[in-house]
Amino acid sequence: MTTLLLPGHLGEIVGGRGRVELAGSPATVGEALAALVARHPGLRDRIQDEQGRLRQHVQIFVGRDSIRYTGGLATPLPPGAQIHVLPAVSGG
Amino acid sequence: MKKGDTLLLVGTLKGAFLLQSNASRRTWKRLGPFFKGQAVYAMAYDQRGGRKRLFAGPESAHWGPLLSYSDDLGRNWSKPKDATVRFPKATGAALKRIWQIAPARADQPDLLYCGVEPAALFESRDAGESWALVKGLWNHPHRPRWEPGGGGLCLHTVIPDPTQARRLFVAISTGGVYRSDDRGKSWRTAHKGVRAQYLPDKHPEFGQCVHKIAAHAARPGRLYLQNHWGLYRSDDAGESWRDVANGVPSDFGFAVATHPHDPDTAYIVPIESDQFRCTPGGRLRVYRTRDAGASWRPLTRGLPQKNALETVLRDALTTDSHARPGVYFGTRSGKLYGSPDAGTNWRLLADGLPAVVCVKAAVVGSAAGA
Repeated sequence: MTTLLLPGHLGEIVGGRGRVELAGSPATVGEALAALVARHPGLRDRIQDEQGRLRQHVQIFVGRDSIRYTGGLATPLPPGAQIHVLPAVSGG
Repeated sequence: MKKGDTLLLVGTLKGAFLLQSNASRRTWKRLGPFFKGQAVYAMAYDQRGGRKRLFAGPESAHWGPLLSYSDDLGRNWSKPKDATVRFPKATGAALKRIWQIAPARADQPDLLYCGVEPAALFESRDAGESWALVKGLWNHPHRPRWEPGGGGLCLHTVIPDPTQARRLFVAISTGGVYRSDDRGKSWRTAHKGVRAQYLPDKHPEFGQCVHKIAAHAARPGRLYLQNHWGLYRSDDAGESWRDVANGVPSDFGFAVATHPHDPDTAYIVPIESDQFRCTPGGRLRVYRTRDAGASWRPLTRGLPQKNALETVLRDALTTDSHARPGVYFGTRSGKLYGSPDAGTNWRLLADGLPAVVCVKAAVVGSAAGA
C-alpha cells in the first residue's frame, strides 16, 4: 500500500486528514499523484498548474528523498512507499 | 452594512482586509486578514444585479492562485475544486497571478473581466462562476513579444468603457494600452504619444511600460495614464496622448486615480525614479490636478513630510463615489491612508499591515462597484 502524507492546507481539502492510503500499487510518483487527484479532485490545481506541471514551490519526497534528484514524477515507488507532499522552504 | 456606508478592500502580500465605515468615514472597523499568508493583488466589490459579492484573487506561493468570492463580506469564501480562471491546455500557459477583477457596466450585470499574469484577459458571463480566455487578445500578433516589467508580464488594468458597451481598455506591462471596440474580439494599440524612455526607439509600435490607466465616466474618452516615466492624458479614448507632467517632482510613478464626479480632477503619487522607487525627498505627497493635468498641487495635510521613503504601487490608490469623495492609498511598508474630503486632509487608517498592493473603495448601495 502506498501512503501519501499531506500538510495542513492540502489535508483540509481531503477532509481534514493528512494521510491518504492508495489501495493499488502505483509504479511511479506521477501515477500515485494521478490516483490521489482522481480521488480528491480539489488537490489537482493546488499541486499542479493547468499544464500538469508540478508547482514550483511544492516539494515531493519518497521516504526521505526529494524526487528532484530521483527522476521527478517518473521516480519509481518501492512497495509500501510513503510520499510526502510539502510546501517548499522557497515559497511563502 | 447599510446603504451609504463605505467599504475599503485592501489586498496585501500576506492576505486581504476589509475596512468598513459609514458615510462620514471618521472611524473604521477592520476585518481580516482573509487568505492569511497569501498575496492578494486583485479585489473587487460587485453590487450589480442585486448582488453584494466580494471578489479576491488570493495566490499561495505554494499552492497557486485561486479566484474566490464571498457574498457575506468575507465570512465565507467560495472554494472551487478546480481553479475557475485557467488557461486552456492548448495555450501551454499557466496562471501565475490574478492582477485585476473588473465588473463591467451596470447594464451588463453578469459580465466581469479578469486581468492576469502571464498577460491575458479572462471574461465571465455568469457573475464570476466560470471564466473563459478572451482569445482575441491572446491571439494578438504582438503578444509573443510583450516583455515582463519589474512586476512580471501582467495585464494589470481592465476598464470597461463607461459609455460604450462594446468598448474595453486593457493595460499591460510591458505591452501598452490596447482597446477593443467589439467586446474583446479584436484589439489595437491605444498608446500613441506615450514614450518608452527605456528603449532605443522612444515611440515603438508597442512595448510601452504603462503602469496604470484610469478613465472617467462623466467624460467619455478621457483617460489618465501613469507610465514608467511619463504622465499623460487622452481625450479621445486613447487615440492620442499628451504629456501632462506639469509641476510634479517626478513623472515616474505607479498609480493614478480619477475623481468620481469631476473629470478634470485626478490623483497620483510621484516616485523619485526607476532607480529609487520611493517618494521624492522622503515626503509622502499625493498630487492632485483640478485642471486635467495643466497643473498639479501636492496634498500634504496629515501625511508625513520627512523620513517617509514610501512606495505606492499601481493598484494601491483609489477614490470612493461619495458626493465629497474619499481618496485612499496603501504603501509597500503596510500603511493605509485615507482622506474623507477629496484629498485635502489625510489620516492614517491602518499601520503595520503587510505590503499593500491593492486598494479599492465602494459605497454600499451605489451603482459604482469597486
